[in-house]
Amino acid sequence: MKSSATSTDALCYHCGNSISGDLYVADDKQFCCAGCKGVYQVLSQNNLCNYYTYNQSPGQQKQEAEQHFEFLNEPKIFSQLVDYTDKNVTLITFYVPAIHCSSCLWLLEHLHKLNKGILQARVDFLKKQVAVTFNHNEISLKMLVELMVSVGYEPLISLQDIVKENKGSENRGLIKKIAVAGFCMGNVMLFSFPEYLGLSSFEHQFQSLFGWLNLVLAIVVTFYCSRDFFISAWGSLRQKVINLDTPLAIIIAVLFIRSAFEILSSSGPGFTDTLSGLVFLLLMGRWVKQRTYNHISFNRDYRSYFPVAVTLINDGEEKPIPINDLNIGDRVLVRNNEIVPADSILMKGEGYFDFSFVTGESQPVTKVLGEIIYAGGRQIGEALEMEIVKPVSQSYLTRLWNNETFSREDSKIKNFNDTIARYFSAVVLIIAFTAAGAWYFLGDSSRAWDSFSAVLIVACPCVLALSTPLTLSTVLGFFDKNDFYLKNTDVVEQLARIDTVVFDKTGTITCPNVVNLSFTGRLNLYEEALVASAARNSSHPLSREIVKWLAVKHILPVENYQEIAGKGIFAMIEDQEVRLGSRSFIAPDSLPSDNSSSVHISINGRYKGFFKIKQQWRNELKGLIDSLKPKFRMHLISGDTSSERKNLSSIFPENVPMLFKQSPHDKLNYIRKLQWSQNTVMMLGDGLNDAGALRHSDLGVAVTDNINNFTPGCDAILKGDSLYKIPQFISHAKSAVRIIRFSFAIATVYNLIGVYFAVQGKLSPLTAAVLMPLSTVTIVTFTNIANRYLAKKNKLK
Amino acid sequence: MNILYFLIGCSLFMALIFLGAFFWASRNGQHDDVHTPGVRMLFDDDKPEEEKQ
Repeated sequence: MKSSATSTDALCYHCGNSISGDLYVADDKQFCCAGCKGVYQVLSQNNLCNYYTYNQSPGQQKQEAEQHFEFLNEPKIFSQLVDYTDKNVTLITFYVPAIHCSSCLWLLEHLHKLNKGILQARVDFLKKQVAVTFNHNEISLKMLVELMVSVGYEPLISLQDIVKENKGSENRGLIKKIAVAGFCMGNVMLFSFPEYLGLSSFEHQFQSLFGWLNLVLAIVVTFYCSRDFFISAWGSLRQKVINLDTPLAIIIAVLFIRSAFEILSSSGPGFTDTLSGLVFLLLMGRWVKQRTYNHISFNRDYRSYFPVAVTLINDGEEKPIPINDLNIGDRVLVRNNEIVPADSILMKGEGYFDFSFVTGESQPVTKVLGEIIYAGGRQIGEALEMEIVKPVSQSYLTRLWNNETFSREDSKIKNFNDTIARYFSAVVLIIAFTAAGAWYFLGDSSRAWDSFSAVLIVACPCVLALSTPLTLSTVLGFFDKNDFYLKNTDVVEQLARIDTVVFDKTGTITCPNVVNLSFTGRLNLYEEALVASAARNSSHPLSREIVKWLAVKHILPVENYQEIAGKGIFAMIEDQEVRLGSRSFIAPDSLPSDNSSSVHISINGRYKGFFKIKQQWRNELKGLIDSLKPKFRMHLISGDTSSERKNLSSIFPENVPMLFKQSPHDKLNYIRKLQWSQNTVMMLGDGLNDAGALRHSDLGVAVTDNINNFTPGCDAILKGDSLYKIPQFISHAKSAVRIIRFSFAIATVYNLIGVYFAVQGKLSPLTAAVLMPLSTVTIVTFTNIANRYLAKKNKLK
Repeated sequence: MNILYFLIGCSLFMALIFLGAFFWASRNGQHDDVHTPGVRMLFDDDKPEEEKQ
């Protein structure tokens, strides 16, 4: 590490960010801000510096915003949040988005060293959850959360935490069934083996014992393990459709009936080995299909955007109450960076709201007393008093979410499997009946039954039930590594069908984090130093960008400094009066009106010019558009003003329709219009404001830079940096569909061989027992190799 | 060869024990998080002098 304390290219010991401007030093270590240094000091005082040995700079820069956790002391909220509590001990599970490496894990599990009241903390790394057991007589929930914030791990407590869902139970049931099926399969194989090898006369005494044992195990397999197949098949038959489970249920039933018949009448060994093997593999296929990557939660809704509690003002007293207890007419306090919980009227203070989540408009808007503020706006600046005019459940934002048109049937995706299952069942039944009929007319009625059941047994769509989930979940894994997270395997097939791509503008094709500054006006070196000295006192992101942009070495001492939130800053430096801020704050009369947000500067009352913030397009946006151009129709819809139209038309080809100032409903209607004209639409959007459009499109992709942030009910989440890979994703999805079709062809060959024996009524249990695993192994190997090869070809990691 | 009856019973019984053990583990939540324990075991133990403080 460099010893010179002034080097500017040094990295922060805590968070790894490059240190620009001020340098903070503690114990010979360099930090980028007071927050990082503070966390380091807390850790070093408690002998927790191991945190830094497992990973280099594992921390994350702390947000400066002030936090209010008073609501955690409210008994009502407390009881809604915790998992368990008694006289002394409380157990609570937090969702901590900052968890990302083994150091995080280590530190969070050593929380008990920071406070004696904490008894234990257990981290679930993939779910980013911490379960903390603590003695609430020694440390309150509020203190616990504040402690976690002080070491840089702020738990995300949102309205969604109150409604706890029990997700694991369904999956556990399936795993149980797989275990039982595996147990039965192993034992049945063991008991069937002597039969394969041929029994000597002296071993015949075992034959009926093995048969009976097999039958007992087959009963378990049929009536316990395969229950779901029967239920699903029955359900779909009642709706007069045939899904993949219908032929499977028929096969399992036929296998069981024929085996039972043979064993009970001592006429043969039956097909119990095939039955248990088949059920085991089918359940495995189901499990693979169900297994989604649980480090991302898709099932969030508007509730995870709302806070748990709001501050109610009652007779001049401030009291936190649960958001669901808000009534019309209540007065609430909304502080800086807090969200308006319900539609309300501004009663006191000056509102400066960021509605980007609701409308997509990136610039905050000023609201004056008496105006109605819609829920979802984020106040920037001073604390406000507001009166609720609509309860949370009827607010604009919740209405938007609960809107009928926004909810959609889950069956919008028709997958290849269910389509093929219908024809498959029909063909198999026709062959089976023909064979049985033929033997019956030839006068061999026992062979008729044999051939009928054998055809059904051998022509098993188990490859479909197995190869499809395997292929698609491998694809899911590849996408996952490339920061493209799909909700389930059906989405892959849907992705292959896309022919129209609709882009949202803000946050989707623009980079929300990168700010591009340009200065219009004139500043000399001394004035630059003045501006930088004033701006570095502010924690506002734009001030920080300005400090970085000016890169002034000599910082002047500031005598009088004032920051008026939402407006600007005022500073006296060496008897010079420096003002930075919005247009109304500087208040010159003759200024060109400009659409993009800007910071204006005046020194000693003289207007000096303004910094203009331009939105930056994402990397390789041009390349992305160019590669999509020949194959897909593209559209652009934006909630913003049309100020960027000129820039956009240099990126997008001429024939791309561009719509501006679109409300969430306009976006939804536009998607619908496209679908009416027979387009399969993929919508790429960023947030809540296009949630309706995302849901209604054939494939809604949320583009976000922080995947832990709120993500609307979409089909897929794409990390902003991977946006340019979309053509690769689509082409790989298409390859996957081709792999499935090809493996179906392989399966058909196997089935034809089987059917050849079956129609003659000569299917021996051994043939069936060999044919089925053989076809499965071939197909699993094929899909795996093909998938890997094609992923490499499509340049996916 | 009658011993085979006994052996078959044994093998089934043992398999049932393993199945029961799996159920027990699954109910205890041992399969809920299969990633974190693998990372956790790599941490060094706390030094004894730290404990005394």
